[in-house]
Amino acid sequence: MSKLTTFRIGGVHPDDAKLSRACAIEVLPLPQTVYISMAQHLGAPAKPVVAAGDKVKTGQVIAEPGGFISAYVHSSVSGTVKSIAPRADLAGRMVTHVEIAVEGDEWAEGIDLSDTLASEIPQDVPAMLECIKACGVVGLGGATFPTHVKLNPGPNAKAECLIINGAECEPYLTSDFRIMLERSREIIVGAAIMQKILGGCRCVVGIEENKPEAISAMEKACAELGYPDISVLPLKKKYPQGGEKQLIDAVLRRQVKSGRLPISEGAVVQNVATSLAVYEAVQKHKPLITNVLTITGDCIPVEKQHNYLFRIGMPLSYIAEYAGGVPEGAAKIVSGGPMMGKAIVNLDACTVKGSSSILYLSAAATRRGTESACIRCGRCAEACPMGLEPFLLRRLALAGDQEAGLEANAVQDCIECGCCLYSCPAQIPLLDIIRQSKAEVMSIMRARAAEAKAAAAASSK
Amino acid sequence: MRDVVIALMPAVIVSILVYGWRELMVLGVSVASCVVFEYLITRYLFKKESTTIGDLSAVVTGILLGMNLPFTSPWWIVCIGALFAIGVVKMSFGGLGQNVFNPAIAARVFLLISFPVAMTRWEAPQGVFALDAYSGPTPLGAIKEGLMNGSTVQDILGEGFSYTQMLFAGIGGSAGEVSAIALLLGFVYLLVRRVVRPHITLSIWLTVFVFSGIMWLCDPSRFTDPVFNLLTGGMILGSCFMATDYVTSPMSVKGGIIYGIGIGLLTMLIRYFGSYPEGMSFAILLMNITVPLLNRAFHQKKYGRA
Amino acid sequence: MSGIIIWTIVILTVLGLLLALVLFFVAKKFRVEEDPRIDEVEAVMPGANCGGCGFAGCRAFAEAAVKAPNLDSHFCPVGGNEVMAKVAGILGYEVKQKAPMVAAVRCNGSCEARPRTNEYDGYRSCKVMAALYTGETGCSYGCLGCGDCVAACRFGAIAMNPKTGLPEVDESKCTACGACVKACPKNIIELRNAGPRGMRMYVSCMSREKGPAAKKVCSAACVGCGVCAKVCTHDAIVFGNNLAYIDFTKCRLCRECEAMCPTGAIHGVNFPKPLDVEGIKARVAERRKKAQEAAKAAAANLEPKKKEEEKTDE
Repeated sequence: MSKLTTFRIGGVHPDDAKLSRACAIEVLPLPQTVYISMAQHLGAPAKPVVAAGDKVKTGQVIAEPGGFISAYVHSSVSGTVKSIAPRADLAGRMVTHVEIAVEGDEWAEGIDLSDTLASEIPQDVPAMLECIKACGVVGLGGATFPTHVKLNPGPNAKAECLIINGAECEPYLTSDFRIMLERSREIIVGAAIMQKILGGCRCVVGIEENKPEAISAMEKACAELGYPDISVLPLKKKYPQGGEKQLIDAVLRRQVKSGRLPISEGAVVQNVATSLAVYEAVQKHKPLITNVLTITGDCIPVEKQHNYLFRIGMPLSYIAEYAGGVPEGAAKIVSGGPMMGKAIVNLDACTVKGSSSILYLSAAATRRGTESACIRCGRCAEACPMGLEPFLLRRLALAGDQEAGLEANAVQDCIECGCCLYSCPAQIPLLDIIRQSKAEVMSIMRARAAEAKAAAAASSK
Repeated sequence: MRDVVIALMPAVIVSILVYGWRELMVLGVSVASCVVFEYLITRYLFKKESTTIGDLSAVVTGILLGMNLPFTSPWWIVCIGALFAIGVVKMSFGGLGQNVFNPAIAARVFLLISFPVAMTRWEAPQGVFALDAYSGPTPLGAIKEGLMNGSTVQDILGEGFSYTQMLFAGIGGSAGEVSAIALLLGFVYLLVRRVVRPHITLSIWLTVFVFSGIMWLCDPSRFTDPVFNLLTGGMILGSCFMATDYVTSPMSVKGGIIYGIGIGLLTMLIRYFGSYPEGMSFAILLMNITVPLLNRAFHQKKYGRA
Repeated sequence: MSGIIIWTIVILTVLGLLLALVLFFVAKKFRVEEDPRIDEVEAVMPGANCGGCGFAGCRAFAEAAVKAPNLDSHFCPVGGNEVMAKVAGILGYEVKQKAPMVAAVRCNGSCEARPRTNEYDGYRSCKVMAALYTGETGCSYGCLGCGDCVAACRFGAIAMNPKTGLPEVDESKCTACGACVKACPKNIIELRNAGPRGMRMYVSCMSREKGPAAKKVCSAACVGCGVCAKVCTHDAIVFGNNLAYIDFTKCRLCRECEAMCPTGAIHGVNFPKPLDVEGIKARVAERRKKAQEAAKAAAANLEPKKKEEEKTDE
């Protein structure tokens, strides 16, 4: 076998622990009530268009985009709207949720619920984009950026390569792996649709080598469907391969300049789950109200691990209960992977479009050790996939040196992947500090940009 | 740090076997006083609740300092060295990770300058292996003295230094010079455990080898040969354990190579042309100064920034 | 031998003179003209460089003060009126007296009142924690307890109380520089009037949660019942977002609100006598009764008039 490709700078090799890889996707039964968040995407929260007492059907729009970068939200069940009120999300923050009491499961008109594969690609690009927008499709790789915005980069940008992200480099998670096995043809059709929208660029599906079944399934689907210029590229296993910038480097050997978007290098990256959602939106007119979530962790036996097809708005506690309750040894419950996921402090929070896991970690797997002094061993700098020097950024952050220090040393390029924290032998909370200073530096940069813009506007007058 | 302590054990054991109980005393006093000073300073000067003894860095400093001193050193000199290493070189900069110089090296140089007689008096080894060992000055010391008296390198070495002696415990000197094999064994352990990277050590060796090779080819009667230079003095101890100290060596591989070349060149210049027979510790100290500059000059290659 | 010594001395002397000349010309060329008053002002400053005045340090304050047309927007909170009087004297400006201030920690959620719901295992910094989530307790408005304010204080005036898990201000050391106010990501700390003999009142809660929700997560929370606003006869209590706030410019320290507060969220400090809850309650009840009677009487007086008005309308 030829040498596999991967990104060139940094990276770490955590144990991939894909314990639930053999668990086929199961459909979760509906709960009695769902709470659908209005902030399920990057950008402005959606504005509810229903009121308490309204009857809604599954797939009906319940909220409109609240800005240019925003997305539609649909009801995931049929029933009666009970209330529209703030409710705590998984970090405990108050977000407006639409509460719907479930009554049966009646779908809105125009949604094709059949299983037949629609492999013919429509030709009307604006109509397809509209369809993706109307179905509320957002990036499901983590950032939940509205897909219709990303697929419409503007007249001056030319996409050269669409990269379908099947890396799933986070340990434990298997939801992308399962859909690549079970829905491989739909994903390829979705990729072909996006390829068409982007003006017929080439398309590469990047999958890490630790998922050989997914690689062969996707290759088979590619061959069967026979779209031009779609290929599967196996990648060497390394975290964070699935990071947008890292994947572009791995596949295209190009690096996105600091502060620029991937399209500046001719790349568009979409997750496999997004590709599936695009397929369902364009070919079946089915809005994004379901996704696959993994229940896994090092403290539950494999028999109790699952990959579930969930509807958005299901309380996490309901799913956990259905799967057999929170295991005894769980010290930390995480939504997302162990590297970048967020701790769930509120199990009453509800699933959103981008939910990917409920991860039960034992104290041994998650507890941080006692911090000791930095001896500048350089492991963090070696591990950083952005080529930053986390030890230096930490010192600058503690010294409060924002513009001359942190910005000059590119803290704003940090992708918060956690490699520095993972690699530090002294257990220094590098990421915690760097993430904070990144936010501060970014706000200084934004303020400066706004000032410059205002000054330019004033001078042109 | 625990790995470094383990890696130093072969050399410690060999040196105790060769030099006997007095070596054990030097090492013991050195480690104990380093730990005690570290405790007292963190607890009563820094007024911290928890001390930093647990990270074993004081133990490492203690062992390295002990290995850098002749086994005949009186206990109070060892104590002063430990106080200088921990109190002045390490803690006055803020403790582990903040120091500019390697504490053990700086303390050794401090003692060498302050107590030149005690620090260069080499008695015959008294341990169990000492029967067929050479007694008297270190090979480098003998060369320096011999050259001053007008002898040639070959004459002096003919008096009884062999490479096998240098490799396996048999020459006069401090514990750190006693056995190259024991030290290399520890270094291999560190490499296998991925505690250190080899680039600094290798660049020191290569520089020493090439530089002394050229000089030796030019005039073998005045300049010692490369293998001799690699095996004698603190070369192995310094290049494997002291120059690779994370805190006082550059972060990047490029910086590390330049640092290593600098150490190699300075060592050889001091050995050949300086008035001290041995230059390793001075070379490391001098190159320690350049580390912040090297760190500034050689950054990690950043993503998306040419 | 003596030749060497003489030469050495000569060379060194000449070298020294030459270099001195170089230094002289360089100093002359790169000389920066400065207003001498800056140094004078800096000399009377406390020298804490705390940044409480809004400038980078005492020197920066002095530079700004010298340039400013008046001292209205310049105040050194550490030195207070005394230092400002000196600064004004140097610069020939007038300065207004400012009432002394002190930092108040507006969170009452001790470990007992506000039980932990989860455990934070990250970097112990309020700023970092606040960016991640709402904190270790159910209250998303309260003190996070990592002590960013303690670290920010240059005067050692704030310390965490390990029993309550809340920061406490040492009034004798607090200079009201405002560093802690800036450091707190939850905006819990406020600079308030120090009050006569240190006596002052404040609402020690920032929760904008509705009553039951606030009460559920913290037994000492302001539940937004509004009792304090009703009882206050000086119009000092501003009420909004389910939270009471005492305007210290209007408060007359009668302590009625403190006695009436059902959760103990209102704090009165440095009062010589303990709070007489029963007495105040009786006083308030009597006043209410009187007010009711007065209202009744007024209503009785008004009613006939009203009827007449209604009649005329018809």
